[in-house]
Amino acid sequence: MDKKIKVLIAKPGLDGHDRGAKVVSRALRDAGMEVIYTGIRQTPEQIVATAVQEDVDSIGMSCLSGAHNKLFPKVVNLLKEKGAGDVLVFGGGIIPDEDIPGLKESGITEIFLPGASTEDTIEFIRNNVKQGV
Amino acid sequence: MEDLVDGLLSGKVRSLAKAITVIENDRPGKRELLKRVYPKTGNAYLLGITGPPGAGKSTLTDKVIANLRKQGKTVGVIAVDPSSPFSGGAILGDRIRMQQHALDEGVFIRSMATRSHLGGLAKNTVDVIHLLDAAGKDVIIVETVGVGQDEVDIVRIAQTTVVVMVPGLGDSVQIAKAGVMEIADVFAINKADRDGADKLFSEIRAMLDMVKGEIKPEVFRTVAVDDVGIEELVQGIFAHGARVEESGFIEDKRARKAESELRAYLVDNIMERSLGLHIYDDVVKRVAAKEITPMDGVEELFCKLGMEKGEN
Repeated sequence: MDKKIKVLIAKPGLDGHDRGAKVVSRALRDAGMEVIYTGIRQTPEQIVATAVQEDVDSIGMSCLSGAHNKLFPKVVNLLKEKGAGDVLVFGGGIIPDEDIPGLKESGITEIFLPGASTEDTIEFIRNNVKQGV
Repeated sequence: MEDLVDGLLSGKVRSLAKAITVIENDRPGKRELLKRVYPKTGNAYLLGITGPPGAGKSTLTDKVIANLRKQGKTVGVIAVDPSSPFSGGAILGDRIRMQQHALDEGVFIRSMATRSHLGGLAKNTVDVIHLLDAAGKDVIIVETVGVGQDEVDIVRIAQTTVVVMVPGLGDSVQIAKAGVMEIADVFAINKADRDGADKLFSEIRAMLDMVKGEIKPEVFRTVAVDDVGIEELVQGIFAHGARVEESGFIEDKRARKAESELRAYLVDNIMERSLGLHIYDDVVKRVAAKEITPMDGVEELFCKLGMEKGEN
């Protein structure tokens, strides 16, 4: 009865730079996780609807457009509204250091900056997802 | 579990999603869940979409969903992608083509990894179909993994199986081969604006001319990205369903489906119970030491399980 970790990798906002999201998706796959990738330019509403239908354990968001302060917390709030507040949320991208405390306070558990290793991300997910129904 | 079932039957998305996870991960409570849900199934139209990787199955599925929604039908989708044979992980990317429906409450899409199950579907696909069916979806679309020649499990499940083909994959000998080409109830020649589409069309038609009796598959041309030919394809799908219904094959098909479901569980269960026997390791050792044959080993295991010896 081994439980596969399911992760949604999503790109909220309007930037089309998805190399990072794809690299992370691939790394998580190679770590034995099931990764749902939905492509670029997703609204927070789409991301949350997808996460609920797929019953994922975690959502990783990548944003390089600068809109992270608006989009990331919105996803967390929508998750709570839908009764899925237990989903582990993390983010990555071009995010100024001074924005990180605010994002964490709003429920983004971790932020990965350029240069972060995929091993760190994998370990973070393994250590933090809540197992069980 | 009661909450989950009640939620699912009353159309709650989160309950349905959680129930699917119980099935997918073989969690405790699965049997009870299926017992509650099973009597409520049998109302949905099951549509299979299969074909080689890159043929446009997801894009076609997306457009078929849109067409069904225009007709006011609710849709459940199971999109299967392969698991890595090495890490066990998977990238489930079929949804990328279907995200226009993410916020439509009449559409529920679930991605499933094969988890090394062969045959083009994920191990528990059939049970997940039951859940979507019980949740009241009018049409359930199962998009298989990109198939080669022999992954044909979908045909045992679907009322209508669409095989998506594209020009340029091979000559007429490929079309004459057994396997995927034989399971189509409906052919969709996708990317039909490309060179070779006419040739493929006539080759498939020629192949079908040699099919005897029964109901001959119709062949449609589509350009899914441009939404060309989808209306005709969807009509063709339901026309096939209606013909099967009239012909009396349907009872046959239902019985075969039930049997294949039963068989799958039979195989799983016998395997699981046998592997759980404490003498199992010892039997393996004795086979390895050539003391007994594998056939005799199985006989010993079955004996332990209290199963009677077969004829052979």
